[in-house]
Amino acid sequence: MRRSKLLITPVLLWLALFLLVPMVIVVVMSLMSRDTLGNVVFHFSLNGYKTFFDSLYLGIYWDTLVLSVVTTVVCLLVSYPLAYFIANASPRVQTWGLVLITIPFWINFLIRTYAWVLLLRTQGVVNTLLIHFGWIQEPLQMLYTKGAVLLGMVYNFIPFMVLPIYVALEQMDKRLLDAASDLGATRWKAFRHITLPQSKSGIMTGCVLVYVSTTGMFVVTDILGGAKSTMISNIIQQQYLGARNWPFGSALSVIFVITSLILILLFNRAMQSRADRAKEGRA
Amino acid sequence: MKRKSHPLLGIHSVLMMIFIYVPILLIIIYSFNNTRLSGDWEGFTFDWYASLMTDDHVLEALMNSLTVGIVSTIVATLLGTVGALSLRGLGRRWKGSMNGLMYLPVIIPDIIMGLSLLVLFNQMHVPLGKATVIIAHITFSMSYVYVVVTARLAGMGKQLEEAASDLGATPWQTFRHVTWPQIFPGVISGALIAFTMSLDDFMVSFFVAGPSSTTLPIYIYGQVKRGISPEINALCTLLIVVSVVLILLAQFFLNRGKGQKKHKMLPI
Repeated sequence: MRRSKLLITPVLLWLALFLLVPMVIVVVMSLMSRDTLGNVVFHFSLNGYKTFFDSLYLGIYWDTLVLSVVTTVVCLLVSYPLAYFIANASPRVQTWGLVLITIPFWINFLIRTYAWVLLLRTQGVVNTLLIHFGWIQEPLQMLYTKGAVLLGMVYNFIPFMVLPIYVALEQMDKRLLDAASDLGATRWKAFRHITLPQSKSGIMTGCVLVYVSTTGMFVVTDILGGAKSTMISNIIQQQYLGARNWPFGSALSVIFVITSLILILLFNRAMQSRADRAKEGRA
Repeated sequence: MKRKSHPLLGIHSVLMMIFIYVPILLIIIYSFNNTRLSGDWEGFTFDWYASLMTDDHVLEALMNSLTVGIVSTIVATLLGTVGALSLRGLGRRWKGSMNGLMYLPVIIPDIIMGLSLLVLFNQMHVPLGKATVIIAHITFSMSYVYVVVTARLAGMGKQLEEAASDLGATPWQTFRHVTWPQIFPGVISGALIAFTMSLDDFMVSFFVAGPSSTTLPIYIYGQVKRGISPEINALCTLLIVVSVVLILLAQFFLNRGKGQKKHKMLPI
């Protein structure tokens, strides 16, 4: 045991120095002020947080929340049937389905987002095809719209939703379904009362993953949304790399993390009460 | 009892696969298209690949990516493996919190990790460059190595090691001849994942890279913001192929010598 403690010291030091300390500095910096040149001055101030309550930023925060929630819901709706299909398929189809879902995860999201520029731009594939078939005369403006951003987000994060739901469905005791059908339940009833509750943990994990990832992803809005659709993550990035208002950028980051943490906490609470209810039911 | 899925579910799943793969395949197809501007197919060409090979910016970004990838993979593999091995010997109380800490880089959004490291380097007056990118990459990729090696260790149990020490092997001999050969494929798999993560990372690198340490994804981002170009299609295609090959290799090592009925998938 002593040897283990000795061995883990460099790993701990690394994580402390490059993971924990930087985050503490960000929190501290969010409470600092800055001088006219944009340098951070170590003087307590709530200006970073006050700036957030500007109507401009509150609006962007609201837009970000809406986009993240809509992305999560759309991802859930299209991913659940897919995860269900893979989990109930033959072992061969299961293996292949999983490989096919996992591969995009490892392809750079920048590239996956860029692919949609090829599809959606004015002379892009979709417009070319539509005009070719005579369905439209003039190319449609699809790039640099909110729809394009939503599409790009959903496209990027589908694997995040499919995989946890698949895992939950796969681990479920399928004899329950046999029991249900023996007792005369219809397929829908069995799904509604057995499969769906049993896959709740997967749904929750998927939703948290997609929600947090969408909120933190400034590249999709950058590439597919143009200047019109700005999100909190774009503002954070600009504050750090462009405007150099680090206290404000730090305050936004703290708000972003706290919002996400609250969400995950609510998620844990929901899971907890479900587990308690299950325990009571068995007792 | 055999349950069959509704046919609509099958159709939906096929459509989803098409939705997922058509955009990726399009980039690959367009990288061979003999036209700079139009969306039509104008014939097959390798020109865009050829012009990549003579583009100094691309070659510099490639060299940066490889340097960062190789150095960060070596250190991350070492730290992640040591972390997984030593955590196993710790008491339960320690184990829980350590495990959480090791997972943290996977959970923290990339943007937060990137900007907090930028703030750290700035406060410590470390100039941004390859070294800062390498440090950032080590920090997130050691977690992935840790996850893979831990899974491997959990799968092997402690009986063989106990037997070895009962038979009088020193701790080092036990490690060298019993533990290491068993976790080796997991370590290789973790290293391949770490390298892929490093090669693909944009978000974190974007914050901590200096002007002289542009990596391939940062270069691609700069180009993509300016619009599409056939060279970028070619570069993206190369990156797609390399990532997929590396990940399939990692998968292969992860499942090697495990004789499982069901194949384990890589953690995300």
